[in-house]
Amino acid sequence: MNLDFSEEQNQLRDQVRRFLEERCPPKAVRQVLEGETDYDAGLYKGLAELGVLGAAIPEEYGGVGLGHLELCVLTEELGRVLAPVPVASSVYLVAEALMQAGSEDQKSEWLPQLAAGDAIGCWAINEGSGRMREEKVSVRFENGKLTGKKSPVADGAIADIAIVAAREGDGISLVMVDLSAGGVTREALDSVDPTRAQTRLVFDGTAATRLGGAGDGWHIASQVLDRAAILIAFEQLGGADRALEMARAYALERMAFGRQIGSFQAIKHMLADMYVSATLARSNCFYGAWALSSSAAELPVAAATARVSATTAFQHCAKNNIQTHGGMGFTWEYDCHLYYRRSNALALALGSLSTWESLLIERMSAGNVEAAA
Amino acid sequence: MDFNDTPQEAAFRKEVRAWLDANAPKHLEPELKRASFGSSGLTSEDPIEAGKKWQKKKAEAGWAVLHWPKEYGGGARTPIERVIWGQEEGVYGVLSGPFTIGHGMCGPTVMAWANEEWKEKLLPPLASGEDIWCQLFSEPASGSDLAGLRTRAVKADDGSGDWIINGQKIWTSGAQNSDWGLLITRTDPDVPKHKGLTMFFLRMDSPGVKVVPIKQANGASGFNEVYFDNVRIPDDQRLGAVGEGWKVSLTTLMNERLSIGSGMSTGFPELFRFCMEADVDGEPAVADSGVRSKLAQFAVKQSGLKYTGMRAISALSKGETPGPENSIGKLVAGATMQELAMFALDLQGESGVVWDEDSPQNGRFQAMLMRSPATRIEGGSDEILRNIIGERVLGLPGDIRVDKDVAFKDIPTSGSRK
Ligand SMILES: Cc1cc2nc3c(=O)[nH]c(=O)nc-3n(C[C@H](O)[C@H](O)[C@H](O)COP(=O)(O)OP(=O)(O)OC[C@H]3O[C@@H](n4cnc5c(N)ncnc54)[C@H](O)[C@@H]3O)c2cc1C
Repeated sequence: MNLDFSEEQNQLRDQVRRFLEERCPPKAVRQVLEGETDYDAGLYKGLAELGVLGAAIPEEYGGVGLGHLELCVLTEELGRVLAPVPVASSVYLVAEALMQAGSEDQKSEWLPQLAAGDAIGCWAINEGSGRMREEKVSVRFENGKLTGKKSPVADGAIADIAIVAAREGDGISLVMVDLSAGGVTREALDSVDPTRAQTRLVFDGTAATRLGGAGDGWHIASQVLDRAAILIAFEQLGGADRALEMARAYALERMAFGRQIGSFQAIKHMLADMYVSATLARSNCFYGAWALSSSAAELPVAAATARVSATTAFQHCAKNNIQTHGGMGFTWEYDCHLYYRRSNALALALGSLSTWESLLIERMSAGNVEAAA
Repeated sequence: MDFNDTPQEAAFRKEVRAWLDANAPKHLEPELKRASFGSSGLTSEDPIEAGKKWQKKKAEAGWAVLHWPKEYGGGARTPIERVIWGQEEGVYGVLSGPFTIGHGMCGPTVMAWANEEWKEKLLPPLASGEDIWCQLFSEPASGSDLAGLRTRAVKADDGSGDWIINGQKIWTSGAQNSDWGLLITRTDPDVPKHKGLTMFFLRMDSPGVKVVPIKQANGASGFNEVYFDNVRIPDDQRLGAVGEGWKVSLTTLMNERLSIGSGMSTGFPELFRFCMEADVDGEPAVADSGVRSKLAQFAVKQSGLKYTGMRAISALSKGETPGPENSIGKLVAGATMQELAMFALDLQGESGVVWDEDSPQNGRFQAMLMRSPATRIEGGSDEILRNIIGERVLGLPGDIRVDKDVAFKDIPTSGSRK
């Protein structure tokens, strides 16, 4: 038993942290926030060159072939700096889906492009308000053509390909769409977190090809979501840690009533509680990382565990980071709101907190009872 | 990153399992399974006697106090082996409850501060369960603020070098069953409070020691008042130098926090089992999405503590010191258990108020409800633990203090406030 990352994996973390400190300062995030660009294309290319995008993609498909533990480490670093790049959509979801269910042709066509950052993927499952369920899918796939609306779709505005959940006959299938081929309208949506833009995709007889078997879509999607949930949990963990660090720094620097505000127990205990939730989340994420990298039977439980814990921790740390900063925390100028926005956006990505809470207990009840101990 | 046993770990687990299979007191298992936090659940046998029997058996086979060296009666096992042992020993571990304070805190303090002769005399019978120890630290006027204690130790004026003890301790768990006690006293009230303390150990049957049980809020009597009326302690039962008691006590308190591997329970596995079976509105409780949300939040605390423990073990196995993340254990477990107990009673509807053998799981959740407030206080209250995390882990400034460089006798007390 060993619940820790290796020396090499930690070195990789240091290397990427240095890279991101230089290439992804808050200014870069703000350029996307202010709508100057849709995402940081230069940073994305840099991450591709560093091997981050292809870390878990096998070498035969143009990846680096390191593995998912390494990807978890990298992901946490992206989360720390709120990197405004479509890694989650393109790598955790679309590349994972291709690796899980793609045909040989689909994999060799798209994985190398995704790994190199030459193509961006997006994941189009949602259809409007409410928790996403299989029964809610109304987009249709017939005779190779896709019709209907998907929203919200993260990174839909900048993606080259989309993986779409669609109704085919009696079942749900996943299909791939080349968004550059026309027949698709993209409508930008305002969002709580403009640093990861949301889009509505409207398909009107758009050409598409199936990914995996007819009617297997929901099953594949839920497997991909479990894997992506662990990766997103690492992003959330990175964000939670950074928000706690920001709060700590301010608590040490800010004076009130003739003393550092960090010497007031109300502030000190609030920060201690942030530390507690971030620590619990880290330990649960490590469990998720192990399950992901070894495709353990516990993966579904581990994914929901990591996800629930990390969502809770990031929201907790981000909101109390603002509280610690007082009025300054509510200014556009300070970065607190960037973490608050991202924590609340990620809490909903891939299914809301309550959805994952339900899933966790359903999965534990469905046999994996010893996971409770 | 690997959760599975290595081949050596698997072999060790097999050995442990075989020994337990042949030696565990299986006739007690049904009762022990009903144990709830704060009680062994035993009624058919005296818990202390049953505990001593089990501890002795373990000691004879080399399975007692796995974290102690062999020469003092321990098992000298690696951190991971200790975890495996704990997993396999399961409910039988409850039997060793009376020795927790001795093995986890008093013993390590003796090991660090006593001379070799005393170590050889005191530690093996503590390991084998012949002797029970208690921790005589807290007093009516000093709990969180331990260094404010008033029990006086004064040199006897007969030239013997002995010390004469007068004063009172309180909340001493297990004093009524103890053979020995670890005692912290004030030897000098004229210096600042942390500087005038001295540590001793003594027989609990020494003349002048009186133990008075305290009835707790949950009806049980685990802790006691202990009075000292001119109790004489030979100087060679002193641990550390005169005036060095605070430093010695830190060994005890640090061991309290380092006693990892056992992993504190939140009560979640029991609640989960209850929710799988309990009927709420004609369906099992887990069928309700509100219930699932609550359960999930408890679940991730339970697993977060479990994996935090494993991270510490991983660090220990690599020869690293476990990080401060261990200080979260009791803070999370205590508060979670209390909330969880309230939730379990809520699911029982109005009959949640009934606490008898027909209550779900023999009234386990009612017992948790009534014991959990103590977890949030004993061994460092929630607030003290948050201070520790805030100051030692996050490096935030300490409280503004009015008692720092003042002679102990000049510090204002509750009584002196007008
Ligand atoms: C079941 C049980 C078993 C015990 N067993 C033993 C034992 O075997 N041996 C032993 O020596 N002791 C034992 N104790 C005593 C225990 O260590 C003390 O109760 C504990 O340290 C708190 O001290 P106190 O009761 O004096 O409360 P106080 O210190 O008076 O605390 C009262 C309240 O004030 C808060 N408070 C105090 N100081 C601060 C601060 N600086 N900042 C913020 N809040 C503060 C506390 O958190 C608490 O909420 C036991 C206690 C219990 C409940």
